Amino acid sequence: MSSFWSIWITVLSLGTLVGCYLLLRWCLKNFAGVEEGESMGHTFDGIEELNNPLPKWWSTFFLITIVWGFGYLLMYPGLGNFKGLFGWTSSNQSIMNLEDSKAQAANAKENNLIVQYDMEVKAADAKFGPIFDAFAARSIEELATDEEALKVGQRLFIQNCSQCHGSDARGTTGFPNLADKDWLYGGSSDAIKHSIMEGRKAQGMIAWETMLGGDQGVKDVAAYVISLSGREVNADAAKSGQEKFAMCAGCHGVDGKGSVAMGLPLGAPNLTDNIWLYSPSQKGIEQSIRYGRAGVMPAWKDILGEQKVHVISAYVYSLSQD
Amino acid sequence: MTTTLDQPSYNFDVVRQFTVMTVIWGIVGTLVGVLIAAQLIWPALNFDTPWLTYSRLRPLHTNAVIFAFGTSALFATSYYVVQRTCKTALFGGKLASFTFWGWQAIIVLAAITLPLGYTTSKEYAELEWPIDILIAVVWVSYAIVFFGTLVKRKTSHIYVANWFFGGFIITVAVLHIGNSMAIPVSMMKSYSLYSGAIDAMMQWWYGHNAVGFLLTAGFLGMMYYFVPKQAERPVYSYRLSIVHFWALVSLYIWAGPHHLHYTALPDWAQSLGMVMSIVLFLPSWGGMINGIMTLSGAWHKLRHDPILRFLIVSLSFYGMSTFEGPMMAIKSVNALSHYTDWTVGHVHSGALGWVAMVSIGAMYHLIPILFNQGRMYSIKLINVHFWMHTAGIVLYIVAMWISGVMQGLMWRAVNTDGTLTYSFVESLTASYPFYFIRFLGGVLVVAGFILMAYNMFKTIGAKDGSLKPVEVA
Repeated sequence: MSSFWSIWITVLSLGTLVGCYLLLRWCLKNFAGVEEGESMGHTFDGIEELNNPLPKWWSTFFLITIVWGFGYLLMYPGLGNFKGLFGWTSSNQSIMNLEDSKAQAANAKENNLIVQYDMEVKAADAKFGPIFDAFAARSIEELATDEEALKVGQRLFIQNCSQCHGSDARGTTGFPNLADKDWLYGGSSDAIKHSIMEGRKAQGMIAWETMLGGDQGVKDVAAYVISLSGREVNADAAKSGQEKFAMCAGCHGVDGKGSVAMGLPLGAPNLTDNIWLYSPSQKGIEQSIRYGRAGVMPAWKDILGEQKVHVISAYVYSLSQD
Repeated sequence: MTTTLDQPSYNFDVVRQFTVMTVIWGIVGTLVGVLIAAQLIWPALNFDTPWLTYSRLRPLHTNAVIFAFGTSALFATSYYVVQRTCKTALFGGKLASFTFWGWQAIIVLAAITLPLGYTTSKEYAELEWPIDILIAVVWVSYAIVFFGTLVKRKTSHIYVANWFFGGFIITVAVLHIGNSMAIPVSMMKSYSLYSGAIDAMMQWWYGHNAVGFLLTAGFLGMMYYFVPKQAERPVYSYRLSIVHFWALVSLYIWAGPHHLHYTALPDWAQSLGMVMSIVLFLPSWGGMINGIMTLSGAWHKLRHDPILRFLIVSLSFYGMSTFEGPMMAIKSVNALSHYTDWTVGHVHSGALGWVAMVSIGAMYHLIPILFNQGRMYSIKLINVHFWMHTAGIVLYIVAMWISGVMQGLMWRAVNTDGTLTYSFVESLTASYPFYFIRFLGGVLVVAGFILMAYNMFKTIGAKDGSLKPVEVA
């Protein structure tokens, strides 16, 4: 902030405290012109006021809090640009971007600056780091059979992932079930870890209505898609839908078995297994085709760090192992 | 209780109107509160209807209790007190009547627009811009009536109650206009003029001082008239009232940032908010000391007079919550209490304990005087109301303290591997028993208000002067 505002803040805040002190001193004296304990001599609708002195314990405590206030503002940031003698901050105050944030945090940790957040993280890392170091040294497959590791992974999952995927990891509309064997981006330990570290963004399921030739095209393709998992549909509609499905085959495969079956990281679901990420109803499937879908899994590497993601990956991996 | 209408030139019509509406809005506001308290236990009680959802009724509850119930009580008492202590009728002729109808219109508009989902999303300032403008107009009219009356007073000094009323009227005008500045995009939608951390700071500068000036200073004004009047004792210390008034108004205005500890608000603003909140503690207590010590030499009156009991117990709750507030403003305490039910308990110890009890006491004092009676229809019912209300508050705040501290501790508990011990939903499940106790407390408070309304209408309906004052030996 500019020095003008810094001075403005300092003068006003110190002025308020000084003003309180002077006010207290003034009222400690009997300026009222009548003896203490006597009436002030004016009445308002029959109400009189006595000139009693301030209770001593009260004025002493008030004075103590004022003095403490000056002391606190001397030690901690408060008076504009003045940083306080302790050099304490709650967090790095001038972060402009992620790079900057990381650099300042690293600097604070290295030089033991009193940045409360960074110091708490440092203490937590020192205390809990060895546990995760040990986990990181082992493979995901191995951790998936280690009960202790799975407990830690499950706790991290419940804290960070359950909001979308559910506390039992079975997902909900729009958020995949992680406890079955159906994968959008692959169920290998590497693929799972990659999904969590870097996040995923569904590609290509744009709004298809125009390209499919309008409403009828959407309905026909929906009928064909439904027929893929063995449900009964209008045969004519499915037939004309099948012709148009060529447009979908790029991602979902000619047989509709999805991008994982083709070894591509596109996130296009298998349409033949009767497992539905969105609604399984005719209407719901039409909606997916008509308006498109764009599921996003955020990247967690900067939030949780690789070591924790490693343990969560083991937990998720374990869910689909028999 | 022997005060009668010895000055027929006073404008008591508007006082009567606001007094009756205070009781009505008291029932409405707390009833909505009980409904949303029940929804937290039985979510099905929103009946899958958008305008009955918690998110829309919660602002309706807060607006109804603060601006319909509390502010109507302030209008009634400030108009009454300023006339009697200045020995002159209200200034401004029909303007006082305009403030009554204008304010009631605002409340009705709030009761319609909030359930329909129109909101600025600013806490305690949810009403959209056309209603905000109406509030500003009515409030400025209020200021003209009040200060106009002070100017034409027939007494040499201005009584301390009027300092507090005046301070609250000016500051609320500044807060409301400052925080509600917005750019309208349609009749019922606007965007705040401020953005980011500045918007948050403006909001809590407003939000905390709605508490500080409306719910504290305003009601201290009420206290300074009705406590000495009901106790028939002089105010304890004139000098204490000077120092605590000026210290209170100059410190309170800084306290807003303690709502934003450990957020994107810069450290310097957080520190200043905390320091001023703590220095504020003793000035706040000045009012409690002056009120309670006014009773010295007349403590025995508490045994017979349930109205005085309301007033004095309100001061005890005031002292409790103004101790609790500065404590919760300390950063390390706030780290535990923030976002938990502890805050909800704190607010209700202030709102139900201080604000509602001092208002209820003042209304029981006022109603017989305004309607030409020597006393309320039933003193016994006042006493029953007192105990229901007190029991309701105790159930409410104790439940919220326990669940608040429990939530704070559960949220920060970690396992030996550093992971959190509890998920959020576990802390919610653990809170259910306390939500139920809180609901019971709320039911008692509403039932008490209904009893009060019955007592009020019986008093109003009684034949002129037929209710004789009770002789106390």
